[in-house]
Amino acid sequence: MTMQLEQSPTTGDEVITNYTINFGPQHPAAHGVLRMVMELDGEIIERVDPHVGLLHRGTEKLIEYKTYLQALPYFDRLDYCSPLAQEYSYVLAIEKMLNVEVPERAQYLRVLFAELTRICNHMLNLGSHVMDVGAMTPNLWMFELREDCLNFFERASGARMHSAWFRPGGVHQDVPLKLLTDIGDWVDGRLPELFGDAMSLVTGNRIFKQRNVDIAHVSKEDALAWGFSGPMIRAAGIAWDLRKSQPYDVYDRMDFEIPVGTNSDCFDRFMVRVQEVYQSAKIIKQCIAEMPEGPIASTDRKVSPPKRGEMKSSMEALIHHFKLYTEGFHVPAGEVYVATESPKGEFGVYLVSDGSNKPYRCKIRPTAFSHLQAMDMMCKGHMLPDATAILGAIDVVFGECDR
Amino acid sequence: MAVLHSAPKYASNEGVADAIKTALGDAVASTHEEHGEILLTVVREKLADAMRSLRDDHEYQQLMEIAGVDYPGRAERFEVCYCLLSVTKNHRLIVKVSTDEATPVPSVTSIWPNAGWLEREVFDLYGVLFAGNDDLRRILTDYGFEGHPFRKDFPLTGHVELRYSEQEKRVVYEPVELTQDFRSFDFMSPWEGADYVLPGDEKAAEHPAPPPVDKPQTTDKPSDTGAGAKTDAKAAEKASAGAPAEKDGGKEPAEPEATEDRPDRPARKGEVQDTPASTEVKKEEGE
Repeated sequence: MTMQLEQSPTTGDEVITNYTINFGPQHPAAHGVLRMVMELDGEIIERVDPHVGLLHRGTEKLIEYKTYLQALPYFDRLDYCSPLAQEYSYVLAIEKMLNVEVPERAQYLRVLFAELTRICNHMLNLGSHVMDVGAMTPNLWMFELREDCLNFFERASGARMHSAWFRPGGVHQDVPLKLLTDIGDWVDGRLPELFGDAMSLVTGNRIFKQRNVDIAHVSKEDALAWGFSGPMIRAAGIAWDLRKSQPYDVYDRMDFEIPVGTNSDCFDRFMVRVQEVYQSAKIIKQCIAEMPEGPIASTDRKVSPPKRGEMKSSMEALIHHFKLYTEGFHVPAGEVYVATESPKGEFGVYLVSDGSNKPYRCKIRPTAFSHLQAMDMMCKGHMLPDATAILGAIDVVFGECDR
Repeated sequence: MAVLHSAPKYASNEGVADAIKTALGDAVASTHEEHGEILLTVVREKLADAMRSLRDDHEYQQLMEIAGVDYPGRAERFEVCYCLLSVTKNHRLIVKVSTDEATPVPSVTSIWPNAGWLEREVFDLYGVLFAGNDDLRRILTDYGFEGHPFRKDFPLTGHVELRYSEQEKRVVYEPVELTQDFRSFDFMSPWEGADYVLPGDEKAAEHPAPPPVDKPQTTDKPSDTGAGAKTDAKAAEKASAGAPAEKDGGKEPAEPEATEDRPDRPARKGEVQDTPASTEVKKEEGE
């Protein structure tokens, strides 16, 4: 911290000129490794220069050296709070290039787990946002729910966080019926109960409102120009949700609403996410009710591997399995940009294929990059402690931002 | 081709490319459609005007992404791809320009403020310059990083690695040292037209085969060696005369005894380890 003290020429008092502080790189409210160089006038923020990239791992470069299937687990490790939502864009991009049909049950399963991921992500974000502005209890309650979600992921895929469960052509494994009924019970019982309790402490809370209402107001025009997406653009009053406007898998059959904000401040962003949790629960219930029986991955053996039982009796199945897990599948040359509605906003994958079994280029469009860039615009004129509320409402995870 | 996949569906591409082409005129170098996406290649110098027109006249309000791609084989090796989104028309568009290491691309920061970081990223990772972006610092790589890591000729392992040095009590940078050679797997199937260069093949190009001769010289008999009569006579003697193998007249050795006829190995003394009884836990006496 550099602070400059000067003598006032007229009164002889000490005057404090603008000074610069480092917010982070290790700051509990920075949600990861974010360094913000802040220029302050007293406690008023004059300028913010976020330095990102401290968690840059070169994921996109690594993907260029892996086959399409081997590259999939990298997506879990981008936004580690909503792993399945990242895989979603990637598998859809591959499917779009291969033009492969996904069985209905797989589509329902993917929508179901994408929404479960959304709840899981919002539990973390809402909780930490609340904690950033001073409240402790709701976070602990919501972590209980997050834990439930992670247990569901574990029961479906075997892994709590890095599932690698969405695969080109479908999903990796079918889920047992008991898991679906348990999710149904949870959505009907524990989730609304515990989440409702936690929110009853926050949404009407005077301190919480004082810290969030009218903080970081962003106009509709600004939200569009700065490339906002997800809850950030919906809080600005634009009912833009890729699940509705550009539906993928079976989202076009789902009946749900898009919550929008009216004031476009941190409180609205928070409330949009709160409402999204209820909408996700609604989608999950529909998925469970409508999900048909059937295969869970494409029957095109050039894309998705055969069942183990099949391999024991069929030579062709054995060859397919071997080829898929050594050489992998070849993707026709071309380029696509596929974006899905991840819990944090538009998560896109720009995939360039040269016809081989490895992506020629895989550009990942993180949601946080554009939002964080607007940090300077949103923080200007606010007090230093508001920066944590603004950051909490952006919902930033650096695994994704820095790639 | 029928659409089988279930990737995001947006408004139809019908006529969009033509409308943009007529509106932008000679700024558009080419358009084509693949996998249901419109790819628009724009003349580099006219990029800013074209983008402004796309935003204002064609309702592509949002710039979602700028992606750099490196094609080292091309004269202008870098492609910069802008992914645009229209929230009113519900449509996506990819706009591309190409450039090389030295030629800057006009910046679009005055059209979309979020282009600032996106251009910084392309600059950082590929070294593409953007004219008009006054904050072209590195963004994702380390402070003081050298080179542009996403270029195809930049090694995956990088050039430097860092560790905490106990002696110097700080993080030190050292040239990267691989404990195992970098493994690059070749998945190309030889049946699908891989153009293999076998080790040693390159010598064939360096030393072209000698010209053919009229009468090829061969060495079929000892007399053809040209070593002289004395050596020829010596070579005519049988080298193996009197060797032990020759004495038997090349008789085959007798067949070995069949295994089944051999006597069984005698049973082991003491307790056998691998019967169910031996693995059971014995009850301690007096318990």
